[in-house]
Amino acid sequence: MSAEAAQSFLRRWTPGPLMPRGDVRDASLVFVIAVLCFFACLAALAALAADRAAGGWAAQLQGSATVLVRPTGGESVDAAAARAAEALSGVRGVNEAVALEKDKALALLQPWLGKDALDDDLPAPRLVTLDLDPIAPASAADLGAALKAANIDATVDDHSLWIKDIVRAGAWARAAAVGVFALTALAAAAVIAHAARAVLAARHEIVEVLHVSGAEDRFIAGLLLRRFAAMAFVAGVIAAAGAGVLGAAVRLAGGGEGLTPPLPVAWIDLAALLPCPLLAAGVAALSARFSALGLLRDMSNKDWT
Amino acid sequence: MSRNPRQTSSFPDAAHDAAAPAPVLSFAGVSMRYGRGQETLRGVSFSLQPGSFHFLTGPSGAGKSTLLKLIYLAARPSRGLITLFGQDLAVLPPRQLPHLRRRIGVVFQEFRLLDHLSAFDNVALPLRIAGKKPKAYRDDVAELLSWVGLGPRLHAMPATLSGGEKQRLAIARAVVSGPDILLADEPTGNVDDEMAQRILRLFVELNRQGTTVLIASHDRDLVARSGMPELRLEQGRLFDPAADSRMTPE
Repeated sequence: MSAEAAQSFLRRWTPGPLMPRGDVRDASLVFVIAVLCFFACLAALAALAADRAAGGWAAQLQGSATVLVRPTGGESVDAAAARAAEALSGVRGVNEAVALEKDKALALLQPWLGKDALDDDLPAPRLVTLDLDPIAPASAADLGAALKAANIDATVDDHSLWIKDIVRAGAWARAAAVGVFALTALAAAAVIAHAARAVLAARHEIVEVLHVSGAEDRFIAGLLLRRFAAMAFVAGVIAAAGAGVLGAAVRLAGGGEGLTPPLPVAWIDLAALLPCPLLAAGVAALSARFSALGLLRDMSNKDWT
Repeated sequence: MSRNPRQTSSFPDAAHDAAAPAPVLSFAGVSMRYGRGQETLRGVSFSLQPGSFHFLTGPSGAGKSTLLKLIYLAARPSRGLITLFGQDLAVLPPRQLPHLRRRIGVVFQEFRLLDHLSAFDNVALPLRIAGKKPKAYRDDVAELLSWVGLGPRLHAMPATLSGGEKQRLAIARAVVSGPDILLADEPTGNVDDEMAQRILRLFVELNRQGTTVLIASHDRDLVARSGMPELRLEQGRLFDPAADSRMTPE
């Protein structure tokens, strides 16, 4: 090498990696982490969709109420229902009160009793559906008082029981999704911890040279931290992209109305995938650092390198 | 133990001892065994003065490599006391070991070069570990590689180097950070006589610059030609504990 070539080499030189760069095992590890991140991303999307679905259903129920009307005295049930609708439409917080016609009331019973059981003699109750003011809805007590004042025998259902169930179901769905997310993150951390220890074991001679040259444990752990964080970042990008494409496909295929009505995906939900590479890198960095430090400490306890 | 006439002339007397600097290394009754096996070292005691040059000789299996491992802090003794740079290793906190290791240069018998790094990167390794900036050591590393005759092979990978070149590369890595002690395990074991003489001259030159040198070798001819004092191990014991001026078996 001429002096000129040596100078050129020195100008271009940048320190090489102290741990050998990736091999086939690295590619396999990226694949495994990407798959785990992909499931974590899907769990995050599912949590958001469950939250939206529960919120939507609760809002719908909170904006409406149902009144079950029973006939009294010589008054027909249809006349009682019409009176109830008239009385309730004047209550503050009620936008609209509509008495369901007999055919619609029977149609509601059909799933439970069957078509053959529905004849004219069946004393089917009548329902009055209320559209409530979303900002200041009328309370069940106000509605009951109005019905009592009009001398109508009726039961008010403000859906509070259903709303509680829906809110509880929504919370469970969110918790389940968060649980899946946490489990996949833990699984990824365990895989990386195992891989970090495997790298240290396989590169024991390099570790010994680094130790003898004066490297501290945290310096060596830092090499693994950067390596696995970079791998996890790449895996996170791949996983987020995959989950993003899938989420977009679900949204384009129908979103809240079509393909996935129980779990509607919104475009904004896809933004939740953006931190995935950073989160994956963070989990990998912590896992690699602590597992490497643990193993190095074990090695040091046996001898000094 | 052979005596170097030049050094025998300054065999320590009481006055000399009083003025002598503290040893950089001392072993006191050091024994070492691996697992439940036999002791590889048995009650070894000696000390090295700063700037001294010694050969560690003995047949294969005598314990030379084990003794070096104890010095470069790759193993702990089963018994005995080791003092390095004035520090009692038995009570040294583990976090201080890296700082002591940075003061020791090691040439391994099998080189232990990092195959995935260039010659330049291998030599720069201790400086990187010490946290120095590349710009601060780039020219020094190149100069050192030229000094050991590897100037034209800066970017070569270890696998493409000859045995002698690897040896010189390993030496360059060991001395690049200016260690206080240089340890070499059979550094001439894989090279011809001419290369062995060149490597020896290299060590002598480093010693002249103040580095304490301890070379493990079974090459009796090389040791005899060098005229340097000798620590002889046989079956784990230090043979002939009589001292010379610089090495003081106790």
